[in-house]
Amino acid sequence: MPTIVVEVMPKAVLLDPQGKAVTGALHRLGKSNISEVRIGKRFEVTVVEVTPEVLAEVQALAEDIFSNQVIEDVVSVTAV
Amino acid sequence: MRIGVVTFPGSLDDRDAQRAVRLAGGEAVALWHGDHSLDGVDAIVLPGGFSYGDYLRCGAIAAHSPIMSEIIDAANGGMPVLGICNGFQILVEAHLLPGGLIRNDHGDFICRDQKLRVENTDTAWTSGFQTGQEITIPLKNGEGGFIADQETINRLEGEGQVAFRYLEVNPNGSANDIAGISSARGNVVGLMPHPEHAVEEGFGPDTRAAMRSGTDGITFFTSVIQSSLLARA
Repeated sequence: MPTIVVEVMPKAVLLDPQGKAVTGALHRLGKSNISEVRIGKRFEVTVVEVTPEVLAEVQALAEDIFSNQVIEDVVSVTAV
Repeated sequence: MRIGVVTFPGSLDDRDAQRAVRLAGGEAVALWHGDHSLDGVDAIVLPGGFSYGDYLRCGAIAAHSPIMSEIIDAANGGMPVLGICNGFQILVEAHLLPGGLIRNDHGDFICRDQKLRVENTDTAWTSGFQTGQEITIPLKNGEGGFIADQETINRLEGEGQVAFRYLEVNPNGSANDIAGISSARGNVVGLMPHPEHAVEEGFGPDTRAAMRSGTDGITFFTSVIQSSLLARA
């Protein structure tokens, strides 16, 4: 069955403590080429069929439930 | 006064909240997240814990649980609702309060007796305090950083909707040291620290008088009972 992938990231202007912790760990390992890591979420939504209506429905879900628009952005909603 | 305390899968402090209600002189009514009944209560507490394991985002799944549709209607109708810690996260995810809670800026879970300043006594849950009063109640969270866009922060500050501010230490990187906020009409209040853990001598934060003797949290519950009695008079 086809899958729609939704990617959500913490808003760029906000602190990403999880990403900050990983960045710090990489620096402690000497990975000086890596300046920053930010961590988001990937949702794989399996659907019966991909239609414009289904894509719009998943887009709405992405904005209402998969993300909190106060703290996160929906980066992409893509049928794969 | 009947005060409902909602239990979600993963609620930890529901019994503590029920006990706080009883110590304040109210009748504690256990409510279940999967029901659609508020059982005739006069006010509601969303307790702390890790509803639905904090999966997706803290409070996000609980905000869509069956009983929340009744709670959202009741809150919009003026019923007093208090969200403590995970309950605060549920309130922002349900859009009953603005802003959001993100992981603590230092990345660690924190547990401490936290000093707060009461900024707004014009809410259902804070009317028993004095404006500017300093209180100490326990705080324990991993995702307690309050954030909102600048316009929202300005509105909260300008309209007096900042109910509590952290004193001495900002334990989680919250904007403007905000520990708790209220809705515009003051019936809905959310905060990260736990008033239900400071309601009885012997079990609360340490004070200068004696260890574990802090009871500043009881005023949340006596306030809502008192304001309800005044509203009926």
